[in-house]
Amino acid sequence: MSVVLDILSSVGMWEAILRIATPFILGTLGVLLCERVGVLNLGIEGIMTFGAMIGWLTVYMGAGLWAGLLVAALCGAMFGLLHALLTVPLGLNQHVTGLGITLFASSFSYYIFRLAVPTATSPPTVEPFRALEVPVLSDIPFLGPVLFNQTAPTCLALGLVLVIAWVLYRTPLGLAIRMTGENPHAVDAQGIDPIWLRIGTIMAGSALMGLAGAFLTLAAFNSFFPTMVQGRGWICIALVVFALWRPGRALLGAVLFAFFDAFQLRLQTVVDGVPYQLFLMLPYVLSILALVVMARRARVPQALMVPYRRGER
Amino acid sequence: MTRVLELDGITKRFGTTLANDDVSLHLEKGEVVALLGENGAGKTTLMSILFGHYTADEGSVRVNGETLPPGKSRAAIDAGVGMVHQHFALAANLTVLDNVMTGTEPLWRLRSDRAAARARLTRLSERFGLPVDPDAHVSDLSVGERQRVEILKALYNDARILILDEPTAVLTTQQSERLFATLREMTAQGLSIIFISHKLNEVMAASDRVVVLRGGRVVAERATRETTKEELAELMVGRAVERPKRPPAQPGAVRLEVTDLHLSGKGGAALNGVSLMLRGGETLGIIGVSGNGQTTLAGVVSGLYPPDRGTVKIDGAELRRHDVPHAIAAGIGRIPEDRHAEGVLGDMTTWENVALERLWAPEFSRRGIVRRSAARAAARHILATYDVRGAHLDGRVGLLSGGNMQKLILGRVLEADPSIIVAAQPSRGLDEGAIAGVHRRLIAARDRGAGVLLISEDLDEVIALSDRIRAIVNGRVSPAIPAERADARLLGLMMAGDWDAAREIEAAADKMPEAQDAL
Amino acid sequence: MRFERREQTPAALTVLAPLAAILTALLMAGILIAIAGANPVQAYWLILDGAFGSRLGITETLTRATPLILTGLAAAVAFRAKLWNIGGEGQFYLGALAVSAFGLIPAIAGAPAIVTIIACLIAGAVAGALLLLVPVALKLRFGVDEVVTTLLLNFIVILFVSMMIEGPLRDPLAFGWPQSVPIPDSASLPRLLERSRLHAGLLIAVALAVAIWWIQTRTVFGLRARATGLNARAAAFAGVPLGRTLMLVAAMSGGLAGLAGAIEVMGVKGYVTTDLSPNYGYSGIVIAMLANRHPIGVIAAALFTAVMFVGADSMSRALGIPSYIADVTVALSLLTMLVAIFLTQYRVRP
Repeated sequence: MSVVLDILSSVGMWEAILRIATPFILGTLGVLLCERVGVLNLGIEGIMTFGAMIGWLTVYMGAGLWAGLLVAALCGAMFGLLHALLTVPLGLNQHVTGLGITLFASSFSYYIFRLAVPTATSPPTVEPFRALEVPVLSDIPFLGPVLFNQTAPTCLALGLVLVIAWVLYRTPLGLAIRMTGENPHAVDAQGIDPIWLRIGTIMAGSALMGLAGAFLTLAAFNSFFPTMVQGRGWICIALVVFALWRPGRALLGAVLFAFFDAFQLRLQTVVDGVPYQLFLMLPYVLSILALVVMARRARVPQALMVPYRRGER
Repeated sequence: MTRVLELDGITKRFGTTLANDDVSLHLEKGEVVALLGENGAGKTTLMSILFGHYTADEGSVRVNGETLPPGKSRAAIDAGVGMVHQHFALAANLTVLDNVMTGTEPLWRLRSDRAAARARLTRLSERFGLPVDPDAHVSDLSVGERQRVEILKALYNDARILILDEPTAVLTTQQSERLFATLREMTAQGLSIIFISHKLNEVMAASDRVVVLRGGRVVAERATRETTKEELAELMVGRAVERPKRPPAQPGAVRLEVTDLHLSGKGGAALNGVSLMLRGGETLGIIGVSGNGQTTLAGVVSGLYPPDRGTVKIDGAELRRHDVPHAIAAGIGRIPEDRHAEGVLGDMTTWENVALERLWAPEFSRRGIVRRSAARAAARHILATYDVRGAHLDGRVGLLSGGNMQKLILGRVLEADPSIIVAAQPSRGLDEGAIAGVHRRLIAARDRGAGVLLISEDLDEVIALSDRIRAIVNGRVSPAIPAERADARLLGLMMAGDWDAAREIEAAADKMPEAQDAL
Repeated sequence: MRFERREQTPAALTVLAPLAAILTALLMAGILIAIAGANPVQAYWLILDGAFGSRLGITETLTRATPLILTGLAAAVAFRAKLWNIGGEGQFYLGALAVSAFGLIPAIAGAPAIVTIIACLIAGAVAGALLLLVPVALKLRFGVDEVVTTLLLNFIVILFVSMMIEGPLRDPLAFGWPQSVPIPDSASLPRLLERSRLHAGLLIAVALAVAIWWIQTRTVFGLRARATGLNARAAAFAGVPLGRTLMLVAAMSGGLAGLAGAIEVMGVKGYVTTDLSPNYGYSGIVIAMLANRHPIGVIAAALFTAVMFVGADSMSRALGIPSYIADVTVALSLLTMLVAIFLTQYRVRP
């Protein structure tokens, strides 16, 4: 019991939470945007992988860290465009297309990575984002490091939660997006083309997924290696259900999730006699549990996974 | 008078079918024009072209003298055209205000002005007498309220021309009357209205002028006060259609008896204690506005789901297991209300569709292996006997026309020689010829001694086929009246839940057989 | 531009569309090869040569195709009923693990080879089936989307395998490498050819493909499963017991993937490690779609995939092109195939 208390009272653990949460925040927001406009995007796992690789590669080739993030976001948007073209105007099955995008994007990242770094046995590193030192605030005991000893991309992610919540609930565009996810016919009847709205929103959401991946290589770690995304994308899909498709709850879900993850990472090192794999399973088990608990309560966007074709009802 | 809307020479093809053929039509300010036609006459296509959902192959649309660019809904909206859809274009998870506001502000504005929108919505709903709660979720509203929201949405867009697609399809007689009063109020305030309908009574009651569409062409145009229902009926159908005359019923033993059925949560509207009885050799018609439990009732009797409470007895034996195979084995034949969604699997072959619901029967399978030759023979027999045109044993059923699909379903049901037939909306969406065929089959089945439970929103159909009629309202059924006593007013009252008159008639009718016995 | 549903698909299109899809994918991958500085024609020649050019190449390709046929069937069976089983990878591993656990039971290990083999195959299939029944039960009971749960279970299972082969099933003689104890000799599948890795699993896989085709077209269950996938509401109206049908489909699908894992251990590796599968489970999804979910087509699609993987290895050694190009090509052909299937069903109108 005292072990648990030790962990819970350590600054390091709380400091880690926002860092661990950041890719989940970004990824969950990305999934949320896509699903709010009515399209499931299982491409997230691959798009995150590609974002991680291309963000790292951009910086490794000599560009700045922000340029790395930007390139990752742009590439994410391009994969989003591919997914959107296949699922929106063509109306192809969103499950299979998304998986296809994931398989393509991840194998493509490995291919490029191997071309760029043919021989290295240990993955080459870059200098990642450092924690911002906010004067005065960072010096507040406990709260200072936990809240303010974070990297710039984490702040960006937190800011994006506000931006996306504002856009969805306070702007005409957001209303049109939500309406498209519920009833694209209604949007079309008002003279807004739901097809383009879907394509654009999926691209924006996928850009966030790219950013989520780049955060892994440019802030959380400092190098790229295959399979590093480790199912984080799939967890984001589960978190969106937990979040009931609301940005604020998405943040809450990502932070809660990160809390358990940070906790199990520390618990692993101090508890003997329990296989470490059991701790590593925890995040996945929690995600499944979250799905089970929330599935019945969720107000799923009514047009999710329903392709829209003009004149077809 | 000023001409606010003009459609000129509109032609539209879908593949090889000509949906609109050189259609011209105009609308004056303050006028109500009824666009009358049967299903498939091209009414909805025409209005979709006007509203920019489709692009016409030929022809043009002018509003207040200006030609609208084709294929742009926005242009129609901006020109003051508002459309009230038959299937409401609303999002159930969003609020009334959300639904009304969507697309009314420039998309890229950083903040939408909800306070102003709310004020405007309130103003409009007061001015036209259409009360709504702007913050209610649409999912919590009744059908009538949803239609109100849909109309307000058009008014909110500054519509001066309102197009209503089958606006009374889901309303009771009384609700429809209220709607038409509202429309009158709107024309008094300078709006102009086109409503699409195939119901002669409401066309006669609510329009100034009637345009009749048949087979994609305008076949006639009449000032409403200079025409009659009979003339319009003939123009609409184009030929005299004889729906089959039915011989008087010869009610036999009780075939179906349901007692105090309760069910909530499945198949839409709840059942709150339905009891009714059906004899062999008679047809019991169930009328009602959709969403009052008729789908649920059909589902329970068809074996789709068990009731929460209550019993279903078939030929005196209680149905213990409420699933489809047991229902069919007990002698229930089922004609579903939605052919495409439930009646057939469009991507499966004809013979598979014939066999699927009776695969468990020894006729069609042995030890889990399908008896393909038997199933194909049965299908071949149905294709020939029921005159299903255009079907191949191994062809996709989805390619059949609605009428032929219904013939296939009828064949599947009747060939099993059911003692009870649950027919839900059996002629929905069919043309007159096909309807007559379906009706003939159902009457023949009745005369052979089957009990027919007819669930329909088409009052003409119910009057034509039924021996007794009940209404279903809010999960309860009204007293039964003999079909001879039915008239529009009485049926309207029954559908609205006012059952006093029906109760008296039922009580009187119940006495009669006793009187006959006494003689 | 708009799309209209075709009333009838021309027969030529049904044959040509998949070929065109694969050619398009090869063309696009060819561009990537060219960008990397090699001649795509030469690269593809080397791939074909590597896969077919020698006795070793051919037997390796067939050996590689064996688990792919089974995981492809697993996905095809499930997808046909619109059950989105993305957990083939996890089911594969659990099936493999079941064999190595089963082999520890002395009664099994000591039995005649035929008994041991059959017992082990059943154990693998049952393990895979049970694993898929969990998410399907959650779907039926709570309405949880099975895509995410099966995906997440993949990670859980691999961790579980890792836990087992570092714990109770650890091979003490493996110099500290995390691998399971070897399966007993009696559980090894017989070789089909001397001096090769080709084993009897290939025959099992092909026989199962034919059996599944028969089940799907000839049995009550097969017809019902297809109806469930095409239109669940109409199937329910026709009295198809949706839940039971879906559970049976899940048992079949999970069982096939589990069997793939079991056969890979019994035919090739002899023990379990956490890199037993180079994404066989995920490749199965691609193969099922390439075959448009047809069980016989799965054999062809699995062969294509195996050729790409085996050939790319030798091509990679010769030209210095990363062998990941095989994964890229296979993934691309999934996407092009989806478009091709769409074009067989819809007509494009300007």
